[in-house]
Amino acid sequence: MSADSNPGNHTTEHTNPTADGRELIRFDKVTKRFGDNTVLDNLDFTVAAGKHVTLIGPSGSGKTTILRLLMTLLKVDEGTIRVDGDYLTHEEKGGKLVPAGERHTREVRKKIGMVFQQFNLFPNMKVLRNIMEAPVHVLGLGKDEAEQRARELLDLVGLGDRCDAYPTQLSGGQQQRVAIARALAMRPQVLLLDEVTSALDPELVAGVLDVLRDIAHTTDITMLCVTHEMNFARDISDDVLMFDAGRVIESGSPDKIFSDPEHERTREFLSAVL
Amino acid sequence: MEWDWSKVGDFMPAFRDGVLVTLQALLLGSLIAFGLGLVWALAQRSELKAVRWPVTVFTEFVRNTPLLVQLFFLYYVLPEWGVTFSALTTGVIGLGLHYSTYTAEVYRAGIDGVPRGQWEAAKALSLPRTRTWGAVILPQAIRRVVPALGNYVVAMLKDSPMIATIGVLEMLGEARQFGSQTFVMTEPITIVGIAFILIAYPASLLMRALERRLVR
Repeated sequence: MSADSNPGNHTTEHTNPTADGRELIRFDKVTKRFGDNTVLDNLDFTVAAGKHVTLIGPSGSGKTTILRLLMTLLKVDEGTIRVDGDYLTHEEKGGKLVPAGERHTREVRKKIGMVFQQFNLFPNMKVLRNIMEAPVHVLGLGKDEAEQRARELLDLVGLGDRCDAYPTQLSGGQQQRVAIARALAMRPQVLLLDEVTSALDPELVAGVLDVLRDIAHTTDITMLCVTHEMNFARDISDDVLMFDAGRVIESGSPDKIFSDPEHERTREFLSAVL
Repeated sequence: MEWDWSKVGDFMPAFRDGVLVTLQALLLGSLIAFGLGLVWALAQRSELKAVRWPVTVFTEFVRNTPLLVQLFFLYYVLPEWGVTFSALTTGVIGLGLHYSTYTAEVYRAGIDGVPRGQWEAAKALSLPRTRTWGAVILPQAIRRVVPALGNYVVAMLKDSPMIATIGVLEMLGEARQFGSQTFVMTEPITIVGIAFILIAYPASLLMRALERRLVR
């Protein structure tokens, strides 16, 4: 992979100097309903800084909802989410928690990056501009600095030669690698990965997973992943959380969960997908 | 009835004036229709009911009343309130305003057609609202509605003789005036008919070329 040939390995810039096990994400009694359907039920969980956590479980068990709540693409019905100690969609005012204003939420949200199942690159922009857009217009970086950062990231994902392509000129796997670079360009503390290989042709999956594996092993970025690629989950995860019906029914190291699950539902699920 | 080329020659000076007026009305009317239509479309997506509601009422009203009534209103009623424009300006505003309510619908469809994932990606990157609209959503939305906008340019061209009713002598108006003065109708009316095709066809070719350039 081209990251190996990238001597100015900027990935260390993602290093989180305080990756000391402090809580980066905390869900407190989070409930999310769609109509009568309770997708998340009084959910508590935390992710420590620098950890790679994979959420597994049957579809409809609420995994993707967690990522979407963190990205504020959905609103919590009850409970609170904290990112790096700050409430995501609430503010403390006069000792009480009130719904946060847009500005507060934006600031907290900047610590989070997300890669989507459907890539969601901006088709009207060339690859390089896709990556530069947010650093320039959100972080206020100069054009030159943003471009340099974008080119380094494209090298990291092995697409240093496709800066001037439009997304539709790339394969799905290449688009997803650009999307990863785009998310990393914001230097988030947390990277959310929402079934990032599910929309890809089988032969393109490995390239994307290699990039993510590389990022997981060479940086301190915190990852929260929803995936059906169990080998990948096993390879990069520090912790695996097994979801069922909106609750975490079992969690532990990948070895523990994949080799010796305690819960009957986990065993059923794993025998179905492995 | 015979075709008389000398009559064609007699009509030419008036015809030339008419063509210029038609082209002016079409060009300026289109600019107003494209610009205002976008304003209406964006206003209808406003979070403020106080913005959405009046715009909806206004555009529905304009779309469901005849252009002729609107032209008469602008030309005869507004001056009573002290608002006076030249006949040509009134005609241009009338055409532009009328068609802006249609282009607004076109833009709306274009905006609705941008996949939800684009909004989500913009939000995930914390792009400010102006960039989300200006750099992500509108470029994609407008790209896909250029052909539909082009259709309204041609429709507006075909409605342009309406402004003759408030005394703006565009091509057809000039032909009628020429006819009433000389009792010659065949040549001027035929020429004007052909002129409409000669303007409409390149206009649609232009829009198609624009579409090819924009659609990716």
